[in-house]
Amino acid sequence: MESIAVLMTKPIYSYLQAELEKRFKVLKLWEAQDGSRFLEDHNQIIRAVVSDGGTGLSPELMAALPKLEIVSSFSVGMDKIDLGKCKEKGIRVSNTPDVLTDDVADLAIGLTLAVLRKLPASDRYVRSGMWKKGEFKLGTKQFSGKSVGIVGLGRIGQAIATRAEGFGCKISYHSRTPKPESSNYTYYPSVVDLAAHSDILVVACALTNETRHIINREVIDALGPRGVLVNIARGATVDEPELVSALVEGRLGGAGLDVFENEPNVPEQLIELDEKVVLAPHAGSGTEETRKGMADLVVGNLVAHFEGKELLTPVV
Amino acid sequence: MTCPPVHPYLVEALEKRFTLHKLDSVPDKAQFLSSHRDSIRAVVGNAAAGADAELIDQLPKLEIVSSYSVGLDKIDLAKCKEKGIRVTNTPDVLTDDVADLALGLMLAVLRRLCESDRYVRSGLWKKGVGFNLFLLQFSGKTVGIIGLGRIGMAIAQRAEAFSCPISYFSRSQKPGINYKYHPSVVDLAANCDILVVACALTPETRHIINREVIDALGPKGVLINIGRGPHVDEAELVSALVEGRLGGAGLDVFQDEPNVPEELFKLENVVLLPHVGSGTVETRQAMADLVVGNLEAHFLNKPLLTPVV
Repeated sequence: MESIAVLMTKPIYSYLQAELEKRFKVLKLWEAQDGSRFLEDHNQIIRAVVSDGGTGLSPELMAALPKLEIVSSFSVGMDKIDLGKCKEKGIRVSNTPDVLTDDVADLAIGLTLAVLRKLPASDRYVRSGMWKKGEFKLGTKQFSGKSVGIVGLGRIGQAIATRAEGFGCKISYHSRTPKPESSNYTYYPSVVDLAAHSDILVVACALTNETRHIINREVIDALGPRGVLVNIARGATVDEPELVSALVEGRLGGAGLDVFENEPNVPEQLIELDEKVVLAPHAGSGTEETRKGMADLVVGNLVAHFEGKELLTPVV
Repeated sequence: MTCPPVHPYLVEALEKRFTLHKLDSVPDKAQFLSSHRDSIRAVVGNAAAGADAELIDQLPKLEIVSSYSVGLDKIDLAKCKEKGIRVTNTPDVLTDDVADLALGLMLAVLRRLCESDRYVRSGLWKKGVGFNLFLLQFSGKTVGIIGLGRIGMAIAQRAEAFSCPISYFSRSQKPGINYKYHPSVVDLAANCDILVVACALTPETRHIINREVIDALGPKGVLINIGRGPHVDEAELVSALVEGRLGGAGLDVFQDEPNVPEELFKLENVVLLPHVGSGTVETRQAMADLVVGNLEAHFLNKPLLTPVV
C-alpha cells in the first residue's frame, strides 16, 4: 500500500500525518511552490485526499484529480465537500462521527458556563491584580435550571441535552422533524419559537443549504437581551453581522462561539466585547484523546477502502 | 456588618429594617465597638469576615450572627453556643451555583477556555500562529469529591451527566450511595483524574490537600477548589504546578484573599477566580433574603429560617 498516493490538503495533525506516512505515499499540497503544477504532475497517481472540515474538497481540486477514489475527512462536518458530485462520480467520502461527540458537547456546556458566569473576565480580573483593589462586581447569571433550546438534535445535540439535564435545565429543541424517542423534550417546529422560549440557544445542526443563517435577526430578537447564543456547529449557521450588532446594541445578552463565518477572522466588535462574549478557535474536537481517535478513523477508512473492505464511517 | 458592604441589595435590605453599622469603613474599629457595645444586637458577616471570639467578647448585647455564606469558618461557633448567641447561614440557595462553578472550572481548565479566549482576542489565530495548547477531554474522566454534602452531591450529579465515574472521601462512608468510597484522601487522589474540594473548613480539614495528596493526584491530575483556601497547602500547590508535578488547577478560593500567588499568573493550566462561587445575581439575592429573613424572624421571636446554632 506504500505506493498509493494520498494527498493532504493542509497540515492537519502531526499524529495523523505520521500514521498516513507509515502506510501510504503522502503528498503535501501546502509544501508545493506551485499548487496547480504540483497537482498536474501527480494527478495520475493521487487516489485519495485527506482534508478537514474547514477545507474539505473544493470543486477545483476534485476536477484536478481524475483518479480520485476517496476523500477521508478529519471532521464530522461535510459542508465543504460536494457530496452529490462525489456520489455522481463514484468517489467515496468518509468522516469522523461519534468520536468527537462528547468533546463538542462538553465545549457547548463549557462555553455556556463561561458566558453566564463570566469565567474569562473573572480569571483576567484576578491575573491583572484587580481583585486586590476590590471585589468582582460584574453580575453573573445562574445556569442551573435554565431553559436550553437546541437547534439540531443529532448525536451532538442529544449529548448536549443529556449534559444540560444534569444541571436541572429544561430542554427543548428544533429539528427538521420531531424525534419520538425524545418526547420528554419540547419540540418547536419554528426556530423563532424555540428562541423565544429559551434562555440559552445552542446551534448543533449540520450546515446545509437549509440551515445557512438559520440564526437570523428574527431568532436573535426572540432570544432577547437576556438570552445567550452558543455556536459549536458552523459559523455560517449564524448571520454574523446581525449577531454582532445585536450584541453591541444589547439586544442579545451574550454569546459563546467556537465557529465563525470566515475563520480565522473574528469580527473586531466581538473582540472588544470581552465580558458578554467568550471565543474559542474552532477547538470543539481539539482534545488530544479525540484528535487521535479521529485520525485513527481517517486512516482506518483509507486502509479499508484500499483493501476492498467496507468503509468504517462512510458518508457517500 | 463585619464584611465589606459590597452587595447593594443586601445593604439596602438591611438599612430599610435596621440601623446598619459598616465596620469595614470605620477608621478606629476598637473605639467604634466600644462606643456601640450596648446597642449592637446582631452581626452580619460573610466568607471573609464573621464573628470571632474577640469580636463576640466586645459585644455583650449580641444575640444573633447572620452569615451571608454557607461556610461558618469565620464564626466562633462554640463561643456562640456557650453565650446563647444564635447563628444562621445561607445553605441550599447557593448549592447549584457553587456546583455549576465547580463544573465550569473543570471544563475551563481541561479545555483551556480562558486561554482559548485570550488566544483569539490577541489576534494570534488570525495571524496563523498555531493553537498549541494541550486540551484534555473532560467526559468520562474520574471525578473524586472530598465532602459529599449538599454541594458535593450536586457536583456529582452534574459530572455524572458527562459519564464521569464518581468517587469520594468523607468522614464516614455514606449508606445508599453508589459512588466509590475511599477511606483516605491520598487514596482518592491516586485514583481520580480530577479532585474537587467540597467539604466544610474545620480544624480537621485545614490543609487536607497537602504535598502527599498533590503528588498522588500527579502530573496529569487536576485540582478544583470551591471550598476554602485553607483547605489547600497553597505553597505546596504552587510549587507542584510550577514544577509540573500537578497537571492543573481551577481555584475559586485562596489562603489569603484577595491575594493570589503571582507565580500562578503565567501558567496556562490554571484558572483563577475571585471567590465567585455563589456570585450570580439570582443567588446573591436569595442569600440576602435569607440573611434578612433570619434576622427578622429572630427579632419577631419566630423560628429562625436556617439556624446553625
